[in-house]
Amino acid sequence: HGPYQPHEPGYGLDQPGYSPYEDEVPDPQARVLAIKNAKAYLLKTSTRSGLNLYDHFANILTKILDEKPENTVDIIEDISKDVKWAQFRKKMDTLRDEHPILPIFEAAEKCKALFVKEGGEEEHEELDEEMPSLPNVIETAFYFEQAGIGLSKDELYYIFLSLKNLINVQPIQTCRFWGKILGLEMNYIIAEVQLHEGEGEEEEETAEEEVETVAEEEKEMGEAEEEEGEEKEKEAEPPKSTYKPPPEIPREEYGTGTNKYIYFVCNEPGKPWVKLPPVTPAQIVCARKIKKFFTGRLDAPVVSFPPFPGNEANYLRAQIARISAGTHVSPTGFYQFANEDEEEEEGDAYEENPEFEPAPVAEMVESLTTWAHHVKGILKQGRCVWINPSQKSEENEEEDEEEEDKEDEGEEQEEERGLPLLTLISEDEGMKNIPAWTARASTNLIPQYSVAILQSNRWPGAYAFASGRKFDYVYFGWGHKYSPESHTPALPPPAQTEYPSGPGITETVDPTVEEEIAFKMAQEEALAGEEEEGEEEEAEDD
Amino acid sequence: SLNCLDWSLLTPATKEILALAEQLNGRFQGDPSFEYNLAEINADVAARLIEGGKEPVIKEEARLIATIEQIDRAVGIVPRGAFVKTPLGSVHENRHFEGLSLLEAKKLSSYFHFTEPVNLKNKTLLEKADLDPSTDFLDSLEHDIPRGSWSIQLEKGGTVVVLRSLLWLGLTFYHVPMTKQFGYVYFGTGEKNLDLPFML
Repeated sequence: HGPYQPHEPGYGLDQPGYSPYEDEVPDPQARVLAIKNAKAYLLKTSTRSGLNLYDHFANILTKILDEKPENTVDIIEDISKDVKWAQFRKKMDTLRDEHPILPIFEAAEKCKALFVKEGGEEEHEELDEEMPSLPNVIETAFYFEQAGIGLSKDELYYIFLSLKNLINVQPIQTCRFWGKILGLEMNYIIAEVQLHEGEGEEEEETAEEEVETVAEEEKEMGEAEEEEGEEKEKEAEPPKSTYKPPPEIPREEYGTGTNKYIYFVCNEPGKPWVKLPPVTPAQIVCARKIKKFFTGRLDAPVVSFPPFPGNEANYLRAQIARISAGTHVSPTGFYQFANEDEEEEEGDAYEENPEFEPAPVAEMVESLTTWAHHVKGILKQGRCVWINPSQKSEENEEEDEEEEDKEDEGEEQEEERGLPLLTLISEDEGMKNIPAWTARASTNLIPQYSVAILQSNRWPGAYAFASGRKFDYVYFGWGHKYSPESHTPALPPPAQTEYPSGPGITETVDPTVEEEIAFKMAQEEALAGEEEEGEEEEAEDD
Repeated sequence: SLNCLDWSLLTPATKEILALAEQLNGRFQGDPSFEYNLAEINADVAARLIEGGKEPVIKEEARLIATIEQIDRAVGIVPRGAFVKTPLGSVHENRHFEGLSLLEAKKLSSYFHFTEPVNLKNKTLLEKADLDPSTDFLDSLEHDIPRGSWSIQLEKGGTVVVLRSLLWLGLTFYHVPMTKQFGYVYFGTGEKNLDLPFML
């Protein structure tokens, strides 16, 4: 324990004249004893933690000199804490350490399943049959990246692999990555899919049958109730409700209009895909009136006014339908009508134009006439093709026919005409002075490889790109429409009158006493008059 | 900057401009010298300006800086422990900040607004006793009104925690637990989401 270094405590104590006990203990022997006492005090082991101050100081000073941080005096307490904490890590357990399973590990396990290839022999067989078209997600992602839109490469690759899994599982004809919708707890990754013909319709038929049987049961109940009602007719009945719910607008068939594509969602790549139910016009009409965040759970209820018919899966599907109808565009001329003689309403089918010549990128950016919608817009009714609801009620009973006539006379629902199928997007209305679309080129520096990017202002988050023959569209966002004004929820309807007002139940002022007496006198005179007449007649008969 | 090449400095906004900019609605135009006509929005201020000899307009760059400051003040957040307050009152970056643990990172209470605290004094004495004055000198996110205006998600299997503000749609805060990395960015239209209470 030789001469103390400058950084060690106790330095200078052994020099004559520098000891703290200088004036008290001039004797060198005593000074050495004092030093020993001080050191023994420092070495005293703490009763709680088994450390002693001497070692602790030595460790701190070693650490400080090793790392040499700035402004050491300000952070000395933190350093002290760190050194103490370092002591605790080395626990020598006789039991084997249980490695905590990190959530990262579990997530990685799920993603690992994506990377597993199926048996090699099966793949060769599949190549002979029709391969469903797997979208090249990475290629479209490359083009979108030029514009600064997109997810990270890792995530896109996971999505790519999970789309491949989806195709292997479901009988899919075409598939496309539609986009990602953000939610509060979890996000949704959405794939737009067309199944092979005949696959999706089976489910629809069973659903319709169920609905019909339920309707028949209700009719039987209704008839039974009416018989009872006729018996009691003579007794006073409470007034019947004159409320007739508006006729339910049937949803569109699979493969047409709003239900043209089927959508699968998953919360994260690696999780199983869930099929979204087809959308009904009532849901679209209601979705237009409400604005709600998605939570990320498909079975969550949507609490809103007007009450949304369905849970979050239906709301998600309705928003997807609206976004698709509003923002799916393609370069003009890429699609043409299949049969030009047919009327536009029936011409739902369009096909690729083999003679399409892509416009140069500069033109695509400058004018919006080079882009066209290829999805039918949704009418106010909630469908793409208008249907007259009063025509549907042919199967109702006789009682309803009379009222039908009244309805036709009174409220003729105007036939709604939407925009024809391949309208140019330059005809999209803007809001106030904000145009509906914003176009720009991805780069001005390299015009030959730049890509035309189209950004929607009505649905913030919807993007489309075009470069020569390639084009695609995607959505990343919260799933809500943009409106410059704030959202005002619908007011509740006015309270319905319970009873039609009539003389039987309207209030009138009670007659006063004088009026009553006068009325009574008048009645008695009338009676007296009648009796006299009766007596006269009897007299005449005799 | 409009093209990431030429950058221009924005002057900090005065309180009047902040108040005015809050009333402007609609998207930004993209042109910093675009002028909004004040007469439509606030006739009093416009009249005052006219009397003063200036034109009753407000430029877009003023609106821009006002929006930036609003966003920073309202939703600029930092994790707990990243900044410490010295006894003298000045706030420094904590060089010993090792990141939040995974458990802490999932809780909203471990993130603070990086502005003058408003709610600290309203806490009960019991809560105040638990606070560590060197690290807990800012408002926590837990008591934000309306409740639930932050969406907290773990991405990439739990390696990154992402908070998204629902009041200013487009503000994203990220943090890698157990490391020093954190930060927030804003990509969006620059408009406050006033429909938030209807959407939750």
